[in-house]
Amino acid sequence: MSVISYREAMRQALREALSRDERVFLMGEDIGKYGGTYAVSKGLLEEFGPERIRDAPLSELGFVGAGVGAAMGGMRPIVEVMTVNFSLLALDQIVNSAALMRHMSGGQFSVPLVIRMATGAGRQVAAQHSHSLEGWYAHIPGIRVLAPATVEDARGMLWPALEDPDPVVIFEHVQLYNLEGECADAPRVDIASAAVRRAGGNVSLITYGGSLPKTMDAAGQLAAQGIDAEVIDLRVLRPLDTETIAASVRKTRRAVVVDEGWRTGSLAAEVMARIMENSFYDLDAPVTRVCSEEAPIPYAKHMEDAALPQAAKIVAAAREICGKS
Amino acid sequence: MIEFKLPSLGADMDKGKFLEWRIKPGDQVKRGDVVAVVDTSKAAVDVEIWNEGTVYELIAEPGVTMRVGTVMATLLAPGETPEAAEAEKRTRPAAVAVSVQAEAVPVTAVAAPVVPGERRRVSPVARRRAAELGVDAESVAGTGPHGAVTLEDVERAAAATKAAPAVPAAQLDKQAEMRRAIAAAMSRSKREIPHYYLSERVPLQNATLWLQAENARRGLTERVLMAALFLKSVALACETYPDMNGLYRDGKFEPGASVHVGVAISLRQGGLIAPAIHDVQKKSLTQLMQDLTDLVKRARAGSLRSSEMSDPTITVTNLGDQGVESVFGVIYPPQVALVGFGRVAELACVVEGGLRIIPAVTASLAADHRVSDGHRGALFLAEIRRLLQQPETL
Repeated sequence: MSVISYREAMRQALREALSRDERVFLMGEDIGKYGGTYAVSKGLLEEFGPERIRDAPLSELGFVGAGVGAAMGGMRPIVEVMTVNFSLLALDQIVNSAALMRHMSGGQFSVPLVIRMATGAGRQVAAQHSHSLEGWYAHIPGIRVLAPATVEDARGMLWPALEDPDPVVIFEHVQLYNLEGECADAPRVDIASAAVRRAGGNVSLITYGGSLPKTMDAAGQLAAQGIDAEVIDLRVLRPLDTETIAASVRKTRRAVVVDEGWRTGSLAAEVMARIMENSFYDLDAPVTRVCSEEAPIPYAKHMEDAALPQAAKIVAAAREICGKS
Repeated sequence: MIEFKLPSLGADMDKGKFLEWRIKPGDQVKRGDVVAVVDTSKAAVDVEIWNEGTVYELIAEPGVTMRVGTVMATLLAPGETPEAAEAEKRTRPAAVAVSVQAEAVPVTAVAAPVVPGERRRVSPVARRRAAELGVDAESVAGTGPHGAVTLEDVERAAAATKAAPAVPAAQLDKQAEMRRAIAAAMSRSKREIPHYYLSERVPLQNATLWLQAENARRGLTERVLMAALFLKSVALACETYPDMNGLYRDGKFEPGASVHVGVAISLRQGGLIAPAIHDVQKKSLTQLMQDLTDLVKRARAGSLRSSEMSDPTITVTNLGDQGVESVFGVIYPPQVALVGFGRVAELACVVEGGLRIIPAVTASLAADHRVSDGHRGALFLAEIRRLLQQPETL
């Protein structure tokens, strides 16, 4: 057990994967000599050499496609895409090829590919580098979507993702890289279930990824105001762990979904729909959500803050449905 | 057009079963007339009307359980024509629209006003739980967002009020109903009212001798009991200390205009009822005694009047017959004081420097500290003691 950063946890996970399985290699823009845009892969080139730590040209379509091919050919590639915004260039490879290959080949081919990408706002890198499109990927059958929000999940999710015979997309929120936390040396985590990060009885705050620390902060503030909030970290955005959500709502009877995506057509909308489908008769108040404002994420700090879910907004939403507004 | 609505016949009542009409369309009624008989959890009550007019339309059907505030009948105001009433009726929402008097609900929240045509907000889980508990979710005060009724509201209502049963009222265990009603009122009292308690030994030598002399010259049916002296002394003391007499509502004390003393009467089948004798401070002992006898008889027969049920401004309880020395009562909300009398017994008392055996009683006071302080309470009890030393003035 040691206290490490999310960035370090991710690096340890990469190092473990590269050491355990010689089919594993890492590929992406600036991941080698530069050490990664967010310095996750710093030092790995020296340790594992250019065959396995491969700097890619600036073509997402090209190198993600190469990853799909390598996976079909028997390798276990880890492809890093700098941000989710840039992954749109590779959507054809991910959605039309990777996600569909098992189906289109009648089960003859699988694509054991892991794609890592940074997501989210809060670092003043402006609209083209700040969006949260996890919900788009969670829409696609054929891929598994993970959102590690704790140091332990950052450390532990990569290996089971590589063991999955189908494509897995891992979203790393840019606000989390400096997060520090306790971590076992080789934590065993699953890539199937949501986690209760804080138990409570009055309202369920359901979130994932970069919004988890804000939600935990909100839960602490609510506790001081006499509202006992339960925090659910979805962890796995596809397939969603509906049972954990339903169990929590059954207990608390109220839910706020916190999602950095825009509200229209968001993952939050999907979570709310499932609560309606499964938990309607358990509800004591309308399900509500805190999402990003429906605008490109602004560059200016105060405007960026205003556009994103924040603890104060979560507290206000929870108070409202608890009848304490 | 005048609407006659089911009144609340006590703080713990939120619905009643309508039994029969005492009026028919065309009857002239005036203030104080008994117009209907309604069964509460405690007794069948003769309900009085407080308006003058001509009975126009009887709406309530006998045997139906209805919520407080339900329109039971309409009357024509003096001078009003049926045509005018019909015209007015058309402009009003359905005459059966109901509302709950806030004081009938023993929680702080006030029921959101029911807008005709708009569905009451009841959360799904609250609706489900209400069905399980047999509670009418529409009548529960809501504390959720936009006044919605939540699970907690339903469960509180079920616990605090007599849970409206899924079975017809006729099949209900009357005693269990009454127990629930008492439980609700007493729980509310202990939850909301910061009680303080005082007691005082009151010598009754003078009173006993005076009563003996009085009763010796009265006929058997006109004899007066000590209980009447107690009631009168309490009522007169209330005139001097008005902060013991009245109701505490909506965060403030409303002194009673007159002293209507609620008399705690235990019922033979179990349970308790505390109907009022009106204007006790103005009544002679003879009148009081008659009223008391009549009240006890009617309470036990189950034929009380609505004004007796809802009007008490202070309660007196007398457990002396049961042989206890003193009683520390629970205030009946929204009243603010309760005076208790224990057993009248021969006691060794020091009188004028000598030890004497004389009759005495322990009088106690439970009072609402939001309204009065111990100092006032002590003066009040001392005044009762003083009055009882001069029975001829009562």
